[in-house]
Amino acid sequence: MSPVPATLDERFREAAASADLLDAAFDVLDETPVGPLLVGVTDRGVCRIAFDPDPEQELERLARLYGPRVLRSSKAVDRLRRELAEYFERRRRSFDLELDLRAAPEYQRRVLAELARVEYGQTTTYGELAARTGNPRAARAVGAVMNRNPVPIVLPCHRVVGANGSLVGYGGGLDRKELLLRLEGAIL
Amino acid sequence: MALAVPPFERFYEAHKDEVLSFLRKRVGRERADDLFQETFLRALRAYDRLEHGEHLRAWVLTIASRLVIDGARRERPQGELLEEPAVVDRRPAYEELAPLTDGLPPKERAAVVLRYGYDLGYDEIGAALGSTEQAARQAASAGVRRLRKEKRQR
Repeated sequence: MSPVPATLDERFREAAASADLLDAAFDVLDETPVGPLLVGVTDRGVCRIAFDPDPEQELERLARLYGPRVLRSSKAVDRLRRELAEYFERRRRSFDLELDLRAAPEYQRRVLAELARVEYGQTTTYGELAARTGNPRAARAVGAVMNRNPVPIVLPCHRVVGANGSLVGYGGGLDRKELLLRLEGAIL
Repeated sequence: MALAVPPFERFYEAHKDEVLSFLRKRVGRERADDLFQETFLRALRAYDRLEHGEHLRAWVLTIASRLVIDGARRERPQGELLEEPAVVDRRPAYEELAPLTDGLPPKERAAVVLRYGYDLGYDEIGAALGSTEQAARQAASAGVRRLRKEKRQR
């Protein structure tokens, strides 16, 4: 049995994405300054960015959250890929993308909405973000939300640091947090 | 929420090669490429309505098989006699079955091809055809009887 030629395979994936038949589409961006990224989108917007992705696990996750019709499609993530590339080349300071955060519980969504307002090249603290979402003592809870951020980079949890200025933690590893903050000129 | 079926990506990766080679044997390379895409688009349209992930192989081969049959119906002019297929040795069973079963009703044909060409069990064929194991067995044997009868009449 001969394998399906790449052109035919790509043609089907493209047709499936344009026919609006997918619950979610994903692709792996192999070469970014922060290593391979798995990115996922639905018809509502970007729903997933994962560092060091385990594709099988991410596939299950997308299917569980959005429906079983999940397919890899390079076309479906075109815009996200382009904006990320521009960001990494320092040609973009904010993302012009819809997000699909329907899988996040209400409190998480509120914190993430506040996070989205932290600007390029700036940092804030867990406590400040907690205060802005209504409870100054919820710094730990905010930390947990950052750790579970479904779309890091686009929602800039790397811009949230400890009260004393230390980087504290990052779902994708501290090296990456540092790299992103350096890229934005937030630290030297 | 437990998943009734595997993510489509996995289903597609598991069966795409077999579907394409099935189609190529039936309709040739060029047509096969079109039908390949149509097969999986149809599967995608129905995928979220499937209640379980068993028999997915039989299911997708049946979709492909139906597309081949539908295409052949449209293209064959009314009243034209079926060409006698040249039987060549060492060809796989399904390749010989393809032209031989052209004249069968769709359900019988699918049952015969899936049983004798693809060696699927009657339980799988029943699931693929949306009926029961018993009905699949009957469809296959009705198909075989019809083929024998046609052969005698030729």
